[in-house]
Amino acid sequence: MIKVLKAGFYSSIQDFGRSGYQAYGVPVSGVMDKQAAILANSLLGNPEDAPVIEMTMAGDSLEFQIDTHICITGADMSPKLDRISIDLCKIIKVNKGNVLTFGTLKFGFRSYVAVLGGIKLEIVMGSGSMYKDITTSYKLNKGDEVSIGEPNTQLIEQHASLRVDVSYIKSKDINAFKGPEFDMLSKQQQSELFSKEYTVSKNNNRMAYQLQEPLENSLEPIITSSVLPGTVQLTPSGNLIILMRDCQTTGGYPRILQLEEKSISILAQKYTNQVIRFCLVN
Amino acid sequence: MPKYQLTYKPYGERAILIEWPSIISEAILYDILAFKKAILKDKQEEGVELNSAYRSLIVIFKDTSIDFKKQIHYFKNIYTSLKKEHRQHYKLWKIPVCYHPDFGIDLECLSQEKKISIESIIEAHTKGLYTVYFIGFLPGFLYLGGLDELLWIPRKGTPRLTIEKGSVGIGGNQTGIYPKESPGGWNIIGNAPIDFFNIQNDIPCFASPGDKIQCIPISKKEHQDVKILVEAGVYQIESEVIHD
Repeated sequence: MIKVLKAGFYSSIQDFGRSGYQAYGVPVSGVMDKQAAILANSLLGNPEDAPVIEMTMAGDSLEFQIDTHICITGADMSPKLDRISIDLCKIIKVNKGNVLTFGTLKFGFRSYVAVLGGIKLEIVMGSGSMYKDITTSYKLNKGDEVSIGEPNTQLIEQHASLRVDVSYIKSKDINAFKGPEFDMLSKQQQSELFSKEYTVSKNNNRMAYQLQEPLENSLEPIITSSVLPGTVQLTPSGNLIILMRDCQTTGGYPRILQLEEKSISILAQKYTNQVIRFCLVN
Repeated sequence: MPKYQLTYKPYGERAILIEWPSIISEAILYDILAFKKAILKDKQEEGVELNSAYRSLIVIFKDTSIDFKKQIHYFKNIYTSLKKEHRQHYKLWKIPVCYHPDFGIDLECLSQEKKISIESIIEAHTKGLYTVYFIGFLPGFLYLGGLDELLWIPRKGTPRLTIEKGSVGIGGNQTGIYPKESPGGWNIIGNAPIDFFNIQNDIPCFASPGDKIQCIPISKKEHQDVKILVEAGVYQIESEVIHD
C-alpha cells in the first residue's frame, strides 16, 4: 500500500484509458504524457500501460507501507525520498516507511510515479483511469490508500550510465497532421497557423488546452462529429482549443489539426503562458 | 449499390474518417449503420473501433502503423458491395417523462415565447418519435432527431451552471435528456427519472443509434415511484419492436 499523506495540486491514477466505449459517450482518458508513463513502466519492467500516478504542477506526499521499487519520469518536481533528493528516470529502491515528497517545479508540468508491479485499482470498462462519475474517485485525496500489483518479472538492474533523452519535455514544436476541416481554412489562416507562436492560456486541464492568440475566423460550426484526443478545434470566435485525454467524444467545431501522438505528450508538459509552435506533418 | 458519394480522410496517425453529404437525415443514418455493421463483421478480430455521428463514421485502429491507402481502398470495396438493406423493424423505447412545472422550469417561458399553451407543448413533445442518431457530449447523451418545428427555440443566452440529471430539454431544433447533472443551455421542459448510462451494465446505454424514443407523460407521483424502482435497480424500461 501507498498512503497519500498530503494531496498535490491534481493527481490521479491513469493507464492508457478506455477504448471501445466512445460510442457511449465515454471519454478515452489515460495518461496525458504517454511517453513519460511508458518510460517509467519500461525501466521497472512493468507492462508499458500499467497504471501510474500522474501528478500535475505540485506532487503529493506518499508514504510507502512496503519495500518496493519506483521510477519517476516526466516533469521535474524535485522529488525527495525521506528528504534526500532522488533522480528522475532511475529505478529507486524504497523501503517500508519511506516518504516520497515533491518540491519546486523545475521543468515540465506532469510527473509520473510508476511502482514495480504497477498500481492496482478497480477496472471500469477495461481501464483503471480515473474519471468523474466513471470511477469511484477522480483524483487522489489525502488519506487515500493505493494498492500495488504483484510484479510478474524480476527487476532488471539498471545500468548506472544509462541516459534517457527527455528533451521533448522542453520542446515547443507541436507536430500536427491536417484535420478533417483543414481545407476549409483560407491560405492566409493556414500560413498564420504555422508561422505564429501560440501561448497556452489559463484554461488548460486534462480535457483541453486553450490557446491565448485567436485565429481570425469566419468558419461556421460543423454538424456534430467525432473528435479525438489531440484534435485542434477552431471556434466561431477564433479560439483554438486542443482536446486532451479527457475530452468529449463528439464536437461541433471545425477540426483543423490533429496532433501527432508524441506531441500530445509535449503539450501535456506545458502550462499557462508557455509557448508552442505548430509544425505540419504530411 | 452504394447510395452516396463518400469521402475518406486519414484523421491523425491511427484513424480514418468516412463522411457522408453534409445533411442530417435518417436515410444517411441507416446507410452509416449498414456500412458500420459490414466493416465490423470483417474487422472485429483486429480490434478496430467504429463510432458514428450524424454524417460520419470514424474507424480507429489499435496501432499507428496503418497503410491508409490500402485501408481506404478496402473500405471503398466494402461500401461498393454493400447490399441495399431495407430496414424492416426498429426498437421503440418508451421514456417516462414528468412535465410538472417543478421539473419543466422553462415551460412557462416557452409557452409565452411560442404563444402556445403548456398543454400543447406537452402534446407536441410526447407525440414525436425521436430517432437516436448517436451518443456523445456526455456518457449516455442521445442525439435525437425529429422534434416538431412548433417547439424549436434557441438555447438560453446564458447557460445554467447546473441542470438536474434526467432533465428533458430543447435547444434549437433538438430535444435531449441530460444523463447526469451538468451545466447546460437548453430550455428544460420535464424530467425522466431513468438512467441513460449505467456503468454496472456490460453495455452501459440501453439505446443504440437507429432506435427510436418516445416520451410518455407521467404524474409527479409516478415520477417518484419510477425513481425508487430505478434506484433499486429493478425498473424495466418499456420497449417494443415496431415493424415498418
